[in-house]
Amino acid sequence: MPALLQMRGITKSFPGVRALNGIDLDLGAGEVLALLGENGAGKSTLIKVLGGAHVPNAGTIMIDGRSVSITSPQDSQRAGIGIIYQEFNLVPELTVRENIFLGQEGGTLRWIHARSEHQRARQLFERLGVPLDPEAICGSLTVAQQQIVEIAKALSQDARIIVMDEPSAALTLKEVDSLFAIIRELKAEGIGIIYISHRLDEIFQIADRVTVLRDGEHVGTEPIKTLTRERMIEMMVGRSIDDEFPKQRAAIGHERLVVRNLCRGRAVKGVSLSVRRGEVLGLTGLVGAGRTETARLIFGADRAERGEIELDGKRLTIKHPRDAIAAGICLLTEDRKSQGLVLGQTCLENFGLPNVNSFTRFGLLQHRREQSAFATYVASLQIKLTDHDQSAGTLSGGNQQKIVLAKWLERNADVIIFDEPTRGIDVGTKYEIYLLINRLAAQGKAILMISSELPEVLGMSDRILVMHEGRVTGEITDVASATQEQVMHLAIA
Amino acid sequence: MQKFVSQYGVVFVLVLLCAYYSFATLNQQHPADAATGRKLATYITLQLPNANVLIVVRDSDDDRAFAASIRQSLETAGVKPLGVAAGEPRDIVAELRRLGAAGTKLDVIVTHHASAQWTVLGEGRLKELADEFPSLANVQVLKPSSYTWPTFLTRGNLLSIGNQVAVTAIIAIAMTMVIITAGIDLSVGSLMALSGVLAAWAIHRLAGEGDPGLMTLALACFVAVLLSAAIGLLTGVMVTAFDIPAFIVTLAVMRIARGLAYQVADGPSPIGIKSEAFHSLSAGTLLGVSNPVILMVVLYFLAYALMSHTALGRYIYAVGGNPEAARLSGVPVKRVLLFVYAMCGALAGLGGVMEASLFSVGNPNSGVGYELQIIAAVVVGGTSLMGGKGKVLGTLIGALILAVISNGMYLTKVDSYTQMIVFGVLILIAVLLDQLKTRRWKL
Repeated sequence: MPALLQMRGITKSFPGVRALNGIDLDLGAGEVLALLGENGAGKSTLIKVLGGAHVPNAGTIMIDGRSVSITSPQDSQRAGIGIIYQEFNLVPELTVRENIFLGQEGGTLRWIHARSEHQRARQLFERLGVPLDPEAICGSLTVAQQQIVEIAKALSQDARIIVMDEPSAALTLKEVDSLFAIIRELKAEGIGIIYISHRLDEIFQIADRVTVLRDGEHVGTEPIKTLTRERMIEMMVGRSIDDEFPKQRAAIGHERLVVRNLCRGRAVKGVSLSVRRGEVLGLTGLVGAGRTETARLIFGADRAERGEIELDGKRLTIKHPRDAIAAGICLLTEDRKSQGLVLGQTCLENFGLPNVNSFTRFGLLQHRREQSAFATYVASLQIKLTDHDQSAGTLSGGNQQKIVLAKWLERNADVIIFDEPTRGIDVGTKYEIYLLINRLAAQGKAILMISSELPEVLGMSDRILVMHEGRVTGEITDVASATQEQVMHLAIA
Repeated sequence: MQKFVSQYGVVFVLVLLCAYYSFATLNQQHPADAATGRKLATYITLQLPNANVLIVVRDSDDDRAFAASIRQSLETAGVKPLGVAAGEPRDIVAELRRLGAAGTKLDVIVTHHASAQWTVLGEGRLKELADEFPSLANVQVLKPSSYTWPTFLTRGNLLSIGNQVAVTAIIAIAMTMVIITAGIDLSVGSLMALSGVLAAWAIHRLAGEGDPGLMTLALACFVAVLLSAAIGLLTGVMVTAFDIPAFIVTLAVMRIARGLAYQVADGPSPIGIKSEAFHSLSAGTLLGVSNPVILMVVLYFLAYALMSHTALGRYIYAVGGNPEAARLSGVPVKRVLLFVYAMCGALAGLGGVMEASLFSVGNPNSGVGYELQIIAAVVVGGTSLMGGKGKVLGTLIGALILAVISNGMYLTKVDSYTQMIVFGVLILIAVLLDQLKTRRWKL
């Protein structure tokens, strides 16, 4: 019996770049195929070819052994392919039911049979084993629930191949578990699933086979049973990484940042913490535990209702991010695209944003000084860009993170708060970011690192704080002998 | 090439338009200004030093100025003309008859192209007179030589384009800033009217029926501009502190300011301003260039420096591009927004004072629809209504393009309804080009 989906020799070029070069991919019915690769390896392009968003320059796509031509999203849908992108395609103002059947009304002026739609939606949710109300407004659902709506939408279109692009990125551990339950359900029905994720742990849990892409080339496809974590990373990066977390301990000095009894609403309920010179304090917990919210209060992005913040023994009044920046505290937000960078502006302008005043003489900006300052960071942080005037939106996640870092380093920040420093960043660049964190700690900065990835927290912190429902519920000082289970235990409290 | 087109495309369009209208308005030019008058006088003093000269013109300000320059130049050179005859053809005949009857010898009639066309100064008629009066036997008609040149490119026309464009272009500076922050200001037209009326009212109040002094004028203008700036600031407060969309706030302010203008003027009729000094503010020239154009150039230079070479300029772009990222980078987002709206109010106020000065009245009906013209200039100049992108100098080019088309259509006698359609289509093309630019020229 032919495989459910066969892609042969898929090649796609963009002006100046060959994004995909003769990619082969096979997916069987009832199989979960993990698609792995660093950012820029070609995963998204391959998915977009499958989804009809890109038309390949060469190659064939076969479903059940029959060649199909996919030149538009409609073609893809008709071929039985459902794609769940990272950014959902849901209309937040419409109900679950309306979203599921959007575009399937069968004609602009056709009467909509709400009741039969409702019935069908119910059946879909029963099939997935989740109790979701078809009449709920989509915008009011959690990310995990919206994902289920997307899956239901794909199923309603009789999809036999479902592609999930980083489905777990915004989910809590528990939600990931229920997602896996759904995936197993779909498998049992004979649906083939292509699963894209950076989280290797998950791939071991759910995938049957793994296909790895690198720089637009097909590196290899192997059954999960024959693979190790190290081997996977090696295939993705193209070289072996001996140690995923190159932690180096810096000399730890006096307390730099001290936070006492920080409060804001229900998100942050009396958080106290301190970070020492040269120390990396890992702050972890489940999504919604109040970690990001705490960081935003320290940085002045939101106004604290109560609490004290001291830096090097000096009491600070922080009402705006401006105050925090002036005092030497900076925040690398978890969402770089919407909070960290002005994507339409150039890299140089983003770098200059908090620093323009120091490049200003007699009210006029001195472009040359700004340029040369930026150039030193481009070199020292190894930021990959074609020129300083390249728009920040065109960079990869890792390089964007480095631009954000550069702008704060130029401000000479003493306290650096990383919120999910490696989210959406590929393995190779992750390693570089870790090295940077080491370097900053060695320079005597105090580093607060917020992360949901337990291996990262355990691998890179000198000390770990765990939060749960707005409170600090535990501290781990002996990081070397701590385990993920120990952290999870504190996180669930 | 693509980079060239996207960055200098609008300049190219402007040049093309100018070239087109230069070609389309290629005509016989018949100069009749002071400089031409002096040239004629020099010719006479050199070639006909002892001639008796009569200067003949129509009865209008321009013609009198022409005549006066000839007379003055002749007198400085030591030639005493018989006089200036200004009026209708029959007045001229009467004057000639008078000279003839008195037996005064007449050698040269100096005039310009238009009067030279009169039958009175035609050969037949002059011969009849010569037969009647012997002293008029050898009269020679002298006029400036004509030449072929585009009407579009005459000094007078270019100056009038400059004057037309100055007020809108000046307000468009601040509009560009507002639009770069992803906002909009619909109240500028009404603010112009309010500011003009206020200035007129204040001058009237302070000076009564007499001629206002310079201090009075300065004070009145200052108050008008300051008040407009304050209203702009208030708009900014509504937008920043209460998060009301700028479109709604300025729509309301547009009505309020117009109403206030009528109230101050006590009805729809304009308040007159009797002051030469105030009029010369807009009507005067410096080195041959009118004051509004000079002011416009200076302000554009300052705005360019602000947007490209100061922290504030960088902030304005950042706030439009991503306000949250800007705030988290320490940009005082609210203050930046307050600044751009206050600036928009202030420049609208300045525009109102300039308009009042040009027409010597504070008119509560002035500036109707200007906001749309100004926004059109900004859009044609390549600034994106989505915010974050745009150039002040692009706006200047945009305003010039609109003014050149308007002027060109007037010169080529396109009717006003067609003009409206052309402007509408032009705005669509501008936006379309912008879209294509962001799509990297792929359809």
